[in-house]
Amino acid sequence: MNLLAAGPFGILAELASAAEVRALDAALQGIRADEPDIEDVVPAARTVLVTFRQSAAGAKARSRIAALLPTLRPAADGGGAPGPLVELPIRYDGPDLAEVAELCGRSAREVAERHSGTEFTVAFCGFAPGFGYLTGLPEELQVPRRAEPRTSVPAGAVGLGGEYCGVYPRSSPGGWQIIGTTDAVLFDIARTPAALLAPGTRVRFREADT
Amino acid sequence: MTGLPAAPAHLAVVRPGALTTVQDLGRAGQAHLGVPRSGAADRRSHAFANRLVGNPESAATLETTVVGCAVRTDADRWFAVAGAPCPVAAGGRAVPFGAPFLVRAGETVELGPVVAGVRSYLAVGGGIAVPEVLGSRATDLMSGLGPAPLAAGAVLPLGPAAAAPDATGAPPPGLARGPVLRVTPGPRSGFFPPAAWELLRAHAWTVLPASNRIGVRLDGPALPRTGGDALPSEGMVPGALQVPPNGLPVLFLADHPTTGGYPVIGCVHPADLPHAAQAAPGSALRFRIVPDRW
Repeated sequence: MNLLAAGPFGILAELASAAEVRALDAALQGIRADEPDIEDVVPAARTVLVTFRQSAAGAKARSRIAALLPTLRPAADGGGAPGPLVELPIRYDGPDLAEVAELCGRSAREVAERHSGTEFTVAFCGFAPGFGYLTGLPEELQVPRRAEPRTSVPAGAVGLGGEYCGVYPRSSPGGWQIIGTTDAVLFDIARTPAALLAPGTRVRFREADT
Repeated sequence: MTGLPAAPAHLAVVRPGALTTVQDLGRAGQAHLGVPRSGAADRRSHAFANRLVGNPESAATLETTVVGCAVRTDADRWFAVAGAPCPVAAGGRAVPFGAPFLVRAGETVELGPVVAGVRSYLAVGGGIAVPEVLGSRATDLMSGLGPAPLAAGAVLPLGPAAAAPDATGAPPPGLARGPVLRVTPGPRSGFFPPAAWELLRAHAWTVLPASNRIGVRLDGPALPRTGGDALPSEGMVPGALQVPPNGLPVLFLADHPTTGGYPVIGCVHPADLPHAAQAAPGSALRFRIVPDRW
């Protein structure tokens, strides 16, 4: 674990793998109740950012957590109980499905079956509220992002980008290869919790009966 | 104001200005869900305006951009304006900037164009009481959370006016001309050679017009990088100086994305961020590198 400063009220812990990120995130969630001066714990691809309240107490908590972090040994199994399982209905009707199939050397049907047969895990969220970076994508479905990002991708679009799969929570620009559509609402401020996906959530795509 | 009946009170937007938003201290604690903190870009001026009218810091104010705004109240309330200095009038009479003033029901409060800085904060006793979204009333322009920017004719509810105004506290430091912001190295200082640090420290960086609540875009010499390696997305803090491939740093403000994929050479101290939030396009920002220890 490599600890990097992220401003006077932040620590960026750099880790070797997504599994270690999951484990450290879980360990930090476990101590949050005792550390009220922690403001945010933000897992990402290979890092966990911990931010603290901008106060003298926050600066003290930062020193304390910096000393504690190396002792929070990431468990080999990823640590903690598996997250909740969310099933997202999907139609494999994306505008990039044919191109993805060609890149993978498979038929569109095979891509759909391989994708819907995979259990994903939300590694981290970002880009937009409720956007989860889903890991677990089989290597044969890993494709580069589009050379030309789209200026508008509709809400519910299911995309592939490198090692990740993701669902656009709302209409936005986007560069991922869109293979399908879900009617699930990923982010709804009128709902508690607003975000359907959080770090650790397991995700399966279930093809809608046609 | 005790003894008055607690009738619902409102502000009606007479002139929305260029970009006037409702802001408070933001929605911290949800970055792991991709929800930015948001909130007042200049938190110190927001807090000061609130204190002047007897509100807690967490009360929502109006954050204007350069050209001010005008709102009409339908209840007697204390108002105060802080942040970027501007002429202020209530009911057609000039009132002081940076001090509380009483406005009668039916009168209009007008904030003119700023004489320096970018963002003025208009606080009202009781605060702007639009519904909270995810624990905050702040408008997040990047994520589309919170109320829309003010539009002519819009009506904003006010909270119950409780406390008396308080002009006893010391005002925050005024806007510095050519401010020098403290920067602590990291997290990705290792991506940059000594020459990049020298440029960052020595140059007077020009604030570009494309700056907004997400970040201050800076113009100057491109900062060189040691390696061209791509960086996987990682968490971002307010004040982060992110360096995209063109080498021109972007200083993240309140509506910054929760994660980003460009290396952050250093972070501006949060106590210096109000100066960044008030840096007008065309003005200069300088940086002073300070050590960080934990």
